[in-house]
Amino acid sequence: MSLEIASAVTGSTATITLVGELDAASAPAFREAIEKATTGAPNRLVLELGGLSFMASAGLRVLIFAKQKLGTGVSLYVVAPQAPVLDTLEKTGFVQSVYVVASAPT
Amino acid sequence: MSPDQRIDYYPTREVAGYRVRPGRPLPFGAWLGPSGVNFSVFSNNATACTLVLFERHERTPKAEIDLPEEFRVGNVWSVMVFDLDAENIEYAFRMDGPFDPPAGHRFDRSKLLCDPYAKAMGGRDVWLGDPDWLNPYIHRSRLIFEDFDWEDDRRPGHPIGDLVIYEAHLRGFTRHPSSGVKAAGTYAGLREKIPYLRALGINCIELMPIFEFDEWENSRELPDGQRLVNYWGYSTLGFFAPKAGYAATGKYGMQADELKALVKDLHRAGIEVMLDVVFNHTGEGNERGPTISFRGIDNKTYYMLTPDGWYYNFSGTGNTLACNNPVVRSMVLDCLRYWAAEYHIDGFRFDLASILGRDVYGAPLSNPPLLETLAADPVLARCKLIAEAWDPGGLYQVGSFPSYGRWAEWNGRYRDDVRRFLIGEPGMAAAMAQRIQGSPDLYWARGTTASVNFVTCHDGFTLLDLFSYNGKHNEANGEDNNDGSNDNHSWNSGWEGPSTDPTVNALRARQVRNAFVVLLTSQGIPLILMGDEVGHSQGGNNNAYCQDNEISWFDWGLCERNADLLRFVTTMIAFRRAHPVLRTRIWFDRGQSDRDGEYPFLTFHGTEAWSADFSGASRTLAFMLEGRLENGARDAVYVAMNMYWEGLSYTLPEPLDGRRWHVVANTSLPSPHDIYDLGAEPLLEDQRRILMGARSVMVLVTR
Repeated sequence: MSLEIASAVTGSTATITLVGELDAASAPAFREAIEKATTGAPNRLVLELGGLSFMASAGLRVLIFAKQKLGTGVSLYVVAPQAPVLDTLEKTGFVQSVYVVASAPT
Repeated sequence: MSPDQRIDYYPTREVAGYRVRPGRPLPFGAWLGPSGVNFSVFSNNATACTLVLFERHERTPKAEIDLPEEFRVGNVWSVMVFDLDAENIEYAFRMDGPFDPPAGHRFDRSKLLCDPYAKAMGGRDVWLGDPDWLNPYIHRSRLIFEDFDWEDDRRPGHPIGDLVIYEAHLRGFTRHPSSGVKAAGTYAGLREKIPYLRALGINCIELMPIFEFDEWENSRELPDGQRLVNYWGYSTLGFFAPKAGYAATGKYGMQADELKALVKDLHRAGIEVMLDVVFNHTGEGNERGPTISFRGIDNKTYYMLTPDGWYYNFSGTGNTLACNNPVVRSMVLDCLRYWAAEYHIDGFRFDLASILGRDVYGAPLSNPPLLETLAADPVLARCKLIAEAWDPGGLYQVGSFPSYGRWAEWNGRYRDDVRRFLIGEPGMAAAMAQRIQGSPDLYWARGTTASVNFVTCHDGFTLLDLFSYNGKHNEANGEDNNDGSNDNHSWNSGWEGPSTDPTVNALRARQVRNAFVVLLTSQGIPLILMGDEVGHSQGGNNNAYCQDNEISWFDWGLCERNADLLRFVTTMIAFRRAHPVLRTRIWFDRGQSDRDGEYPFLTFHGTEAWSADFSGASRTLAFMLEGRLENGARDAVYVAMNMYWEGLSYTLPEPLDGRRWHVVANTSLPSPHDIYDLGAEPLLEDQRRILMGARSVMVLVTR
């Protein structure tokens, strides 16, 4: 199963929606999307993960990359992660670096 | 100019279809550069080296890159390989060289060898998963990414003398079904139990080995169907790789992240993390063992060999790492620096550390370079270094381990003397006087913090079993009860094994409490074995290294069933932490002369105040510590121990300046009167004497 990536920028919020599986093969495209979405210096990056069924180590690496690239001044939101993805975020401690929310912040 | 434009990041040639260039020889191992992966391996005796690349989990290599002679600097081969998907590769080395065992060489080009510096290892991703014995490359080197978000993690940095160490098995702590955690037996599972550790009051957790090892090593099935495995893991395969099977996310290759998340949260809870590290041998066994890495990469460098090329066996496990070979010494240093820097580890306990003081032929050194190097290293400068100061080769260095002002020791004498005193052996009072004050007879030049005090540890009986069994009961280990120590200094309290006799059980409950009081009121650094605080029993097994089951696992139901004991231990730990007189760092008899109007720091007593009985028949001892609380107020703690089989009356030293004795603990009373919460200690009615129950201990404090 592949990964579908959709990006949008509204005001100072960049949103990336992922559907499918985030693994080593699809991670580079996700990384590109993050680089692109953050060129406009947003103050909020929102990741819509409701449609993401699996995240491998490579996917986690891109999230960590995003966090580092954004710096501490930009908030990173993870919206509606499925249980296995949330589980991975919890076990690896990355959940402490992001806001996990049920729906996108307004 | 961005790094990508530098000339040394461009490939210079193609080998086996891969663009490569000469790599950098240091650091050893594999690391991810801006456009390629740098591999580097040393061997003093190999003649050629091939880098073998695999797709993750594939049996057949996707490439074999013979490293050109020009890629060799000294005895190090290094290469930078471009266009690799670092997430998905596994790598190995093949080494050419002589197969000449009498000369110490065991090269075999047909073997796929794991990198001694591999930061992660595949092959045992899930605990006791499919062992895949037919795989030509079982334990596989992998790359990891060191991008963990530590945020503002700060190491707690407790002074070593303030530590209360909790020795735990990573898997055993939460593997029992009663643990109630999401991922039982993992780093993440332990992380869920941090509140328990905080409530207990310990401030350092010492994890039994978590470097990659093979739980299938020497595994076997007994006639009754029980499977024995290498549960403890004192048999390292990769010194730089965390055990993947201890991670719930190991199957996704995220074990490093999961372990770091655990360390980070322990630090937040004020708990330091100490690793039990095993540098005395590797998991390759003797000449009949598997060739996984070191043997095939440079046998003669890594191992202590006899003049005709056999393996010395000072470790009792088939081989001995040549720790004082200068190259191996560097590897040990690199390894510890890596764990201290990358995993934020706070200290190390060195298994069979006396081996680290032997030369490459096994002879003890008077000034072992490795131990000196570790003591003086700038990266390790704030790490605690603790030696298990003996080895199976007969080098027993408790009290004489080369310390360089840094090293502390597991005090084996403490364990033995305290046990003998507690079970009622006569004539132990003089030895006890040494042990409770930090063993000045052993550590005169080093101070109390050289002594890690323990009554039990993973090796040997649990505390409850110490008072429930006269002899070991290791039948479940499948060696006809021949394994494990016979020197336990234990006493079954009147009946061998579990008993329905309330008198026997009451005595055991008392003895366990006696041991905790002695341990937690002794100067030095107390170490508590996981499970002892709730009365865990291994059914008399004193060598449960192979028991991955309820013999070893922490049964969380005991927290309720033995809630009274847990309360007792928790309160004693809190008492220790509240009273600095229990944690002095200098010897008591120094500076006594300036103490006008105060008692000496430490005085010994017996059934008569000011008169301790150190005779050969004595089973009694009492002591008083006089000092100050953290707020500067005067403080005294009095501990009376009666290991006689009948009750005895003890007269008390009189507290100074109007203070009065209050009762902290009395192990002869049933719960909840066996111990009182901090500040709620009741006034002692008769300030001049106490009646001590048979085989009991009492603690008083002034207010």
